[in-house]
Amino acid sequence: MHVLELRNVVKEFPGQRAVDGVTLALERGGFYSLLGPSGCGKTTTLRMVGGFEKPSSGDVFLNGERVNERKPYERNVSTVFQSYALFPHLTALGNVEFGLRERGVAGRRERAMNALELVKLSARAQRFPAALSGGEKQRVALARSLVLEPQLLLLDEPLAALDPDLRKQMRAELKAMQRQTGITFLLVTHDQEEALSLSDKLAVMNSGRIEQFGTPEDVYLRPASAFVAGFLGAVNWFGDAGVRPEATRIARERPAEGPSRRASVASVVFLGNRVHVHMALDEGGRAVAELPRAQDQFREGDAVWLHWNAADEMRFP
Amino acid sequence: MNLRRIFLFPARVWMALFFAAPLAIVCGYSFLTRGEYGGVEQPWTFENFTRLADPLYLAILWRSVRIAALATGLCVALGFPLALFIARAGKRRNLYLQLVLLPFWTSFLVRTYAWLFILRDTGLVNTVLQSLHIIDAPLQLLYNEGAVLAGLVYNFLPFFVLPMYATLERLDPALLEAAADLGARPLATLRRVIIPVSMPGIVAGAVLVFIPCLGAYLTPDLLGGGKTVMLGNLVQNQFTTARDWPFGSAASLVLMLASALLLAGLMRSRVRKELM
Amino acid sequence: MKRHALGIYAACILAFLHAPLAILILFSFNAGRFTIWEGFSTRWYTAALNDPQLTEGLLNSLIIAGVAAVLSTLIGTLAAYGMWRRNAPWLSGMLYLSLVTPEVVTGVSLLALCQWAFRFLHLRLGMHTVIVAHVAFSIAYVTIVVAARLRNYDRSLEEAAMDLGAGEWRAFTRVTLPSIAPAVAAAGLLALVVSFDDYVITSLVAGVDSETLPMVIYAMARRGVSPVVNAVSSLIVVAFGALILLSERLQER
Repeated sequence: MHVLELRNVVKEFPGQRAVDGVTLALERGGFYSLLGPSGCGKTTTLRMVGGFEKPSSGDVFLNGERVNERKPYERNVSTVFQSYALFPHLTALGNVEFGLRERGVAGRRERAMNALELVKLSARAQRFPAALSGGEKQRVALARSLVLEPQLLLLDEPLAALDPDLRKQMRAELKAMQRQTGITFLLVTHDQEEALSLSDKLAVMNSGRIEQFGTPEDVYLRPASAFVAGFLGAVNWFGDAGVRPEATRIARERPAEGPSRRASVASVVFLGNRVHVHMALDEGGRAVAELPRAQDQFREGDAVWLHWNAADEMRFP
Repeated sequence: MNLRRIFLFPARVWMALFFAAPLAIVCGYSFLTRGEYGGVEQPWTFENFTRLADPLYLAILWRSVRIAALATGLCVALGFPLALFIARAGKRRNLYLQLVLLPFWTSFLVRTYAWLFILRDTGLVNTVLQSLHIIDAPLQLLYNEGAVLAGLVYNFLPFFVLPMYATLERLDPALLEAAADLGARPLATLRRVIIPVSMPGIVAGAVLVFIPCLGAYLTPDLLGGGKTVMLGNLVQNQFTTARDWPFGSAASLVLMLASALLLAGLMRSRVRKELM
Repeated sequence: MKRHALGIYAACILAFLHAPLAILILFSFNAGRFTIWEGFSTRWYTAALNDPQLTEGLLNSLIIAGVAAVLSTLIGTLAAYGMWRRNAPWLSGMLYLSLVTPEVVTGVSLLALCQWAFRFLHLRLGMHTVIVAHVAFSIAYVTIVVAARLRNYDRSLEEAAMDLGAGEWRAFTRVTLPSIAPAVAAAGLLALVVSFDDYVITSLVAGVDSETLPMVIYAMARRGVSPVVNAVSSLIVVAFGALILLSERLQER
């Protein structure tokens, strides 16, 4: 049985259709992401799973049960909010205990402390949110949800408010926590690197619809649409075939076989361990190749041949 | 049942029973006839409203509008520079705002009484002037329109300063720099940039002063004596001493409608955002 | 140069706002009866505290303002929460209207209501009618203060509470209410001050046994200025000032 199933879910706001027929099923114990640009409907989708919005049509199933009408407090899912939404009048420990108290669970002090331990924050248990750093608030929010052992944990852009170093670290911890607890995670993000590195499977959303649902390899290497291809990374377009910059090669001479194009080097951008070579195609248009730094040095104005393996082509009907 | 609806219920009931219903009764009374012993009786009539057009009452109406307009004008003249000063006061603006607000929040009755204390025959002004031998007999400073005007301006000046300050504080400093850059001197900037751009705030503040001044009762009562009767005093008098409730109701209705229309006009206009 | 002129002008106006009350307070400590300084004395304060009319008025005022503040804070806070992120056009229209309706009109209309209702009920004007009236005009003040706080309140806090299993009522009492508590207290203090201060409406709906402090002061002021009134007024100014400062502190939290 699927831990979460969405069947043709639609959400309409006055003058706008935020979610336009989303169908999705998640297996228990996986790490999933909803990825898309802002305004694509991913947060609205998450809020319908959490019970903060009611679908205009379609159904939401949790563990096979239809939950459209259930209030947030009647669902065994928990949300980590983008703003963390920590209660300012309660300590870190008080925040974590909150849900246990609502459920009348025994031994809540101990369980709450264990949850804080899990997020490595037992030392800060008596602090109020105002006295915690951004990363610490994030951990309390996580502990507060995890302590309830929900079937499904919803995370709304949980890393967006953190600075880049901390974000990378928290990313690794999130993944580890998911594996350790075995709880199904559903993460909403607009950061493709985050979604690719964390997810077992991810759904790419665009204007209220899911364009593709698959493993990171699937969506990156075999995108179902031009939008997915473009949102997950740069694409060089040769007619209706798309090629990723890292699959694009450059040679001084025309290669013997495989597709190729004549081009001239427009600029070379040094990126440390690799270089980006920007080219103007003789037939018109531009392309970029990502190459290891050690390779042959190309200079502005060099006439080159650009080529790739036909197997690396992405084609869309 | 929806929790929010339950929460709204007490306020709805209270406001309906003790605010809307009384006003509805007054509306009804204004079309009835005065009873022999002061109550209200049939038949229905418009006479109470036509009576308001008597020269005697027209004079009261006109005086109310005139005094309220004068007080509003004075508040604009005094309040605009003050608001401008506070908006430019940098870190100390909160202190100055407090200074404006603090007397405003002390008792309305006491503030009005303070003017009584200062302006009466043996009050501070007369005592000082007499002890300096500038005058021999005390000046009649109280119980005239001037005293009422002073009291109204004093009581309602903050009503103008606050929205005005909010508007001026939001004024983009780049506009002033641009004006200076284009060659405008400070006074020209004031006249050609600051005042036009902040006009919604000026209008909002002016209406907020005009409404309570038009319906003022206590200030003309204490500082105007029996001589400076305004609409509010007329209403009170008809309901108490004169015991002509239908006529008093008609006067209330006029006052009420004028206030409500001014408020509605304010809410519908662009000016609204200055209040929020 | 121009800045200087503006500063002087502003200083004059600020002085205009504060001088009358400062003078009143100063002369409340005057030993003499008139506006000529005859030395420092607290005799008028002693006289005020021993005046049975004033003390009875004060007691009545405290009871009325206390009860009215509690009731209007309760009703107004619930209403502000009920209107939060939701429209209640009739109620909010009535509340705004109650703010701009001239006090004397509110007063006479309540008087008319009482006279009409008392034909069916065996009641008379008294403290209860004053309280009813005060609650009616205080609700708008409370609602505005609490609604202003709710506008800055992060809704996801309440959603988080429900997400963690709290029902709507529990989410309100355990999360929202503690978060907005300072604003609710501030609104309550404001209601207390507004109610304590009212003269116009009170004088119209009060009975013989419910003379409030402002009514006593008004009667004394009409009879002619007495230094006792200066003393009482000064006490009110100081007490109100303290309450309002406290209320503003609470709203900033």
